Amino acid sequence: MPDARGPTGPWYKRLYDWVERRVQLEGPVKEAALHPVPKSTASWWYVFGSASLVLLILQVATGIMLALVYAPSAAHAWTSLEVLNHDLPLGWFLRAMHGWGSNFMVAVVLIHMAQVFLFGAYKFPRELTWIVGVFMLLMTLGMAFTGQVLRFDQDAYWGLGIGASIMGRVPWIGGQLVHLLLGGPIISGATLTRFFALHVFVIPGTLLALTGLHVWIVLKLGINEWPMPGRIVRRDTYVREYNELAHNDGIPFVPGAVWKDLVFSAAILFAVAVCAAAFGPYGPKGFPDPTIINTVPKPDFFFLWIYTVLSFLPPEMETPFILIAPVVAVVILVALPLVAGVGEKSWWRRPVAVFTLMFVAVCWGTWTHLGTYTPWSPVMNAWSGAEVPPDLLHGRTPLERQGANVLQEKQCRNCHALGGKGGQRGPALDEVATRLTEDQLYRQILLGGGNMPAYGSALSPAESTALVRYLETLHPGYQPAAEDASRYVVGDGGRVPPNSTVQRGAGQTKVR
Amino acid sequence: MEEMIPPPSPQEQQERLHEEKVSRRTFMMNVGIALNALVALAIATPVVGYVLGPVLRRKEYLAWVPVGNVSDFPEGETKLISFQNPFTDAWDGATAKIPAYVRHTAANEFTVFAINCAHLNCPVRWFSESQLFMCPCHGGVYYADGNRASGPPERGLFKYPLKIENGKLLIQAGQMPTLQNKAKLECPGAGQAEPPKIVARIEQCPTQGGRPAPGTSASTIG
Repeated sequence: MPDARGPTGPWYKRLYDWVERRVQLEGPVKEAALHPVPKSTASWWYVFGSASLVLLILQVATGIMLALVYAPSAAHAWTSLEVLNHDLPLGWFLRAMHGWGSNFMVAVVLIHMAQVFLFGAYKFPRELTWIVGVFMLLMTLGMAFTGQVLRFDQDAYWGLGIGASIMGRVPWIGGQLVHLLLGGPIISGATLTRFFALHVFVIPGTLLALTGLHVWIVLKLGINEWPMPGRIVRRDTYVREYNELAHNDGIPFVPGAVWKDLVFSAAILFAVAVCAAAFGPYGPKGFPDPTIINTVPKPDFFFLWIYTVLSFLPPEMETPFILIAPVVAVVILVALPLVAGVGEKSWWRRPVAVFTLMFVAVCWGTWTHLGTYTPWSPVMNAWSGAEVPPDLLHGRTPLERQGANVLQEKQCRNCHALGGKGGQRGPALDEVATRLTEDQLYRQILLGGGNMPAYGSALSPAESTALVRYLETLHPGYQPAAEDASRYVVGDGGRVPPNSTVQRGAGQTKVR
Repeated sequence: MEEMIPPPSPQEQQERLHEEKVSRRTFMMNVGIALNALVALAIATPVVGYVLGPVLRRKEYLAWVPVGNVSDFPEGETKLISFQNPFTDAWDGATAKIPAYVRHTAANEFTVFAINCAHLNCPVRWFSESQLFMCPCHGGVYYADGNRASGPPERGLFKYPLKIENGKLLIQAGQMPTLQNKAKLECPGAGQAEPPKIVARIEQCPTQGGRPAPGTSASTIG
């Protein structure tokens, strides 16, 4: 307590007393810091919330630094990022810290959320803490998306296009929403200033306010105790039980539990700095000129899973799914503590919760992994860049080699791999002759089907003949090409065919 | 801890405040709040117009934009062009230029496709050898006439309205094509037949008597 008798002690003590007597913050701060928490919460599992907060502060600090230089103008943003990367001392490092800080923040927030879910921390009386947290997650993802837009490169430009296209699917008002989102009828300078305001003022302002509320509620209601099987949450007894736990078997939050938070936060900050120094800043990638169409837009890491989901939805599902699924997801998250607000907290007694979490994690991981190599996308330069493996040309007739030429020239390789190179949209063609007969090959190429375009109008009869002749040779030496039995009989003057494929193997390509 | 949770219920708070509730001072305070609300409303209403500006000035941007002379486009070819967006600001930089594809089929028969894939707006690329547009994002593929060939798109490529004046090709452009503003698939002579909603989102022109599917004409199959 400040000394009321007058100035004593060293100058800094007197200065502190002078300020404290006027602001009187010591009381509430001490109360918050020293409040007892159950001993079990002084755990390494309870450090992710504070780490998220520390990362948020890091993002604000580095963000302000970047805003000193960044020019939120469609004409200059990209150049100003290049200046940051190359011309200003440590500009690259600040960009890298901000970019990696964002990655770490999303990751730590998700881990925090999973931990809180697994520990039943959203149950009575902490329902609102969870609900506020859900909106903080949405804000964090909003920051990640708008941040990607501010890195105004080709990915940002076409990412905005994807956002606009999703908006445009809203019934009736979709068109107006697109204009509102883009700040005009099309992506332009007005779009970037709009997203700058969102990324720098609107979303972080809301996020900071929600963070204050979130921490306030945590302080008021106390940290969730370590869940024990059989310790049931009941509305009429929980508060008394918790207070007994915190007072009888508790320790003051400072320093009993906080030291682990501090150590982990330091480790996270260090990890961000190491990643930033080792891997450097993100982009900017290509110059945001929409007329440069030779680009393969891709979202940032934490949106890759959405990218994957959007490529796997059947066309008729697309619009309903895009519009309904996010709403349903948010409703489920918000309703969770209201529906399941009491009962067991321990994961030993909540198999559905545990499996839900595992299922979501596995889905997310799988989709993200697929998103890193996009097997559904044509490889745009495979037709000119991925050569036909020499052993697949060896010993072929001139006509068959001409077919290989057609295969390259008509961009088949963009979707079909040979020798492991090329697109993965369609099946690899290395052994296609074992799967399709000559007639089936003609039908498939000319009429398409099964997600393959029809090439009938793009191939001359000579070209398609050559192509099919070549594809007919694509089978391993030990396995003959598929043949139409009836054709064989007709071709052999109507005689009964030999009864085994081994005997029929006479016609196979021997050179392999 | 104990005195903090549970917090006083709204009724308890109400009771505590009850005696102070009806007085001249609280009445004056309410008047003050009402005044502030009125002023805020009066100021904020026009500002809504400022925020909604991009929506309200809806029609300004749709303009006829020249994309070149008719003679620039050889018959039977599909050419990548770019045009100046009719609705620009000084700080738009490179984004003021918009790409598009011009397809010249027969004498004075043109189609101008938007660059944007009908799925999620990524830029499609034209491959003249295989006569296909391919999208790098999710693998949407379109035929030379813009019809959907494969992949996730629900419909064919977006087409700009166009006209030819004094040997110049003009398109009506200026906004990003999305399913909302260009959702209607124009089927020549298809009448008013509406496809059922939701269940049949893949919009296709009904095949007219004997009209073959793309790429399957007798001459090409041989």
